[in-house]
Amino acid sequence: MSGATHSARGFWPVMGQAFLWAFLLAVGVVVLYPLLWMGLGGFKSNSQIFDQPFALPQSWSLENYFSAWRGVQGYMVSSLLVTLVSTVATVLISARAAYGLTRTAMPAKPLITAFVLGGMMLSPTVALVPLVRMLQSLGLYDTHWALIILYTAFRVPFTTFLIRAYMLDLPRDLDEAAMMDGASPGQIYRRIILPLCRPIIVSCVVLHILFAWNEYLFAMIFTNSPSVQTLPVGLTSMMSKHGTDFAQVFAAMTLSALPIVIIFFLTQRYFIRGLTEGMAK
Amino acid sequence: MSLSADIGKSGVALGGPALGAGRGPRLRPLLSRLLALRWIAVALVLVGWFVYYPIVDNFFVSTTNQDIFTGEVTQVGLDNYRRLAEDPVVGRALWNNGAYAVLSIVFQVFAAFCLAAIVEGLSSERWRNFWRALYFVPSAISTTVTGLLFYFIYQPDIGILDGLLKALNLEHWSHVWLGDPQTAIYAIIAMSQWQGFGYSTLLFTIAIQKIPQELYDAARMDGAGPLRQLWSITFPLTREMTGMMIIVTVTGAFQVFNEVMVMTGGGPNNSSQVLGTWLYEQGFNQNDMGYAAAIGSVVFAVTMLTGILQLWYTRRRRVLA
Repeated sequence: MSGATHSARGFWPVMGQAFLWAFLLAVGVVVLYPLLWMGLGGFKSNSQIFDQPFALPQSWSLENYFSAWRGVQGYMVSSLLVTLVSTVATVLISARAAYGLTRTAMPAKPLITAFVLGGMMLSPTVALVPLVRMLQSLGLYDTHWALIILYTAFRVPFTTFLIRAYMLDLPRDLDEAAMMDGASPGQIYRRIILPLCRPIIVSCVVLHILFAWNEYLFAMIFTNSPSVQTLPVGLTSMMSKHGTDFAQVFAAMTLSALPIVIIFFLTQRYFIRGLTEGMAK
Repeated sequence: MSLSADIGKSGVALGGPALGAGRGPRLRPLLSRLLALRWIAVALVLVGWFVYYPIVDNFFVSTTNQDIFTGEVTQVGLDNYRRLAEDPVVGRALWNNGAYAVLSIVFQVFAAFCLAAIVEGLSSERWRNFWRALYFVPSAISTTVTGLLFYFIYQPDIGILDGLLKALNLEHWSHVWLGDPQTAIYAIIAMSQWQGFGYSTLLFTIAIQKIPQELYDAARMDGAGPLRQLWSITFPLTREMTGMMIIVTVTGAFQVFNEVMVMTGGGPNNSSQVLGTWLYEQGFNQNDMGYAAAIGSVVFAVTMLTGILQLWYTRRRRVLA
C-alpha cells in the first residue's frame, strides 16, 4: 500500500524487496516454529523429546494425543459450558443494555452510560480479594456459575460499548417508522435493531469466546475440583501431575489451543472488526 | 427498501393498535421513562454487584487484617500500606511491571508499527492478509498454553533455545533462563512479546489502511522514497492509534498475571514477582487478605491513572477530529 513495491525495478529495489520478504519470513518462522514444536512434541516419545528436540517424530502415532484427550476431556467440557453460557449471557445482556442506552428515554442516561462503560477500566485483579468472600457466601465458590457470572459481569461493559457504538451509527428512520406503525420497543428491538446489529454481535461473540476460553485468573482462584475446572487450569494441574510425561503435556497443550486457533481462522473478518471498533472508537 | 417495507408490515401485524394505544410517549412520560430502565437493569445489577462493589470493598479490606479460615477481622488502619512501602518485593514487582511496560512499548508498539508498515507495503492483498493472520496466531492462544510452551523452550535439558544456541556455536550464552533471578523476568517478558506483537501489528495494519492512497501518490510524485513516506505520512497519520496502543499496553503490563504464574510463580527468590502474582501469593498462599487488598489498591491506582489518560486522550482526539 505504501508504494514500496510499485517501483520494484532495477537492482536495489529488487534487493530491498528480497530483504523485506526474508524479514517477513524470518518473523513468520519465529512465530510458527514454537507452535509447531509443541504440536510435533505430542507425537514424539519422551526419550526423543530429550535426545532430539529438533527432529521430526519417529512415528506419527496418535497415542499421546488420545491419552491427552482422555486427560483434558473433562476440562474441555467445563470450558465449553462456561464459554457458551457466558457468551450468550454477555451478548444478550449487552445488546439489551445498548438498546436501552441508544433508543429509549431512560432517566439519568449519561450517568448510567458512564457507570456501565466505566466498568471497562476496572481490573479483575483488584476485585479478587473481595470476590472470594462474596462468592463463598453466595455458595458459588467452585461451581461453573462462579465463572459464568464473573465472565459475564466483567465483559458486559466492553461488549455494551461495542454494540452501543454500532447502534448509535444505525439510521433511526427504520425504528421511527416502526414506532409510527405501533410496534412496541420490544418488537423494534427484536425485529429491527438486533438483525441490523448482526455483524457487531458476531464480532462480540468471537471476542468473548476468545476471552472465556483462555481466562486463567478467575478460573484458578474460584474453582477447585477437577470436574469444575476449565482447560487453562486443568493444563497446569496436568502439568504438576504428569510433569515428566512431556509428550502427553505437549499433546494436551496442542489440543487446548487448537479449537481457538480454528475459530480465529474461520471468523477472522468479524474478529478484526471487533478489535478495530474496540480500539478506534 | 424492501427490508424497511417488510419490517413496517410485521410491525403493524404484531404491534396492533390495541397494544400501542396506551403507550403514547406523552401520556405517561415518567412511568415509561422509568420502564425503559428494564433494558439495562440486568447489566446494571451485574456490573454494580460483581465489578464495582468488590473494588470498593477492596479498600475496606485493605484497612483490616483478616484470616479467611477463622473469619477474624481486625481494623489496622493504614498499616498494610505502611508495610507496602517497606516491602522490597513490592519494589521489585513495580520494577518488573515497569520493565514489562517499557519493553512491551518497544516491541508491541514501535516494532509492531514497523512490521505493519512493511506488511502493508506488499502489493499483493493475499500476502498482506496472510502475514497479518499468521503473526496473530499466538495472540489467540491462551497465555497458559504459551507460558507452559516457553517454560519448556527455556528448559536447559529439553528446551530448544539452548539447543539453538548450541547449533549456532553460541553455547556460552546458554543459560537456565527461568532459574536465574537475573534473567527470569526478562525471559517471561520475551515470551509475552512473541505472543502479543501480532495483535498490535494487526491493529496497525488497519490504521494504515485508512490512510488515503492519494497522499502516497503525491509523495511519490515529489520524489519521496519509501522510508521518507513512512516517516512523513504513515507515522504521523497513525499517531492516534500509537497513542492508544501505548496506553493500552501500559494498562496491560500492570495487570500481568498468567504468564508469570505459569512460568515461574514469581520465583526464583521473588525475582520475577509482579503486582498480580505478589497479591496472589500474599492473599491465597499466606492468607493475608488485608495485605493482598492493599497490593490490589496499587494496581487500582495505576490502572485508574492510565484509564483516565485514555479517556482524556480519546476526548481530545474527538474534539480535534
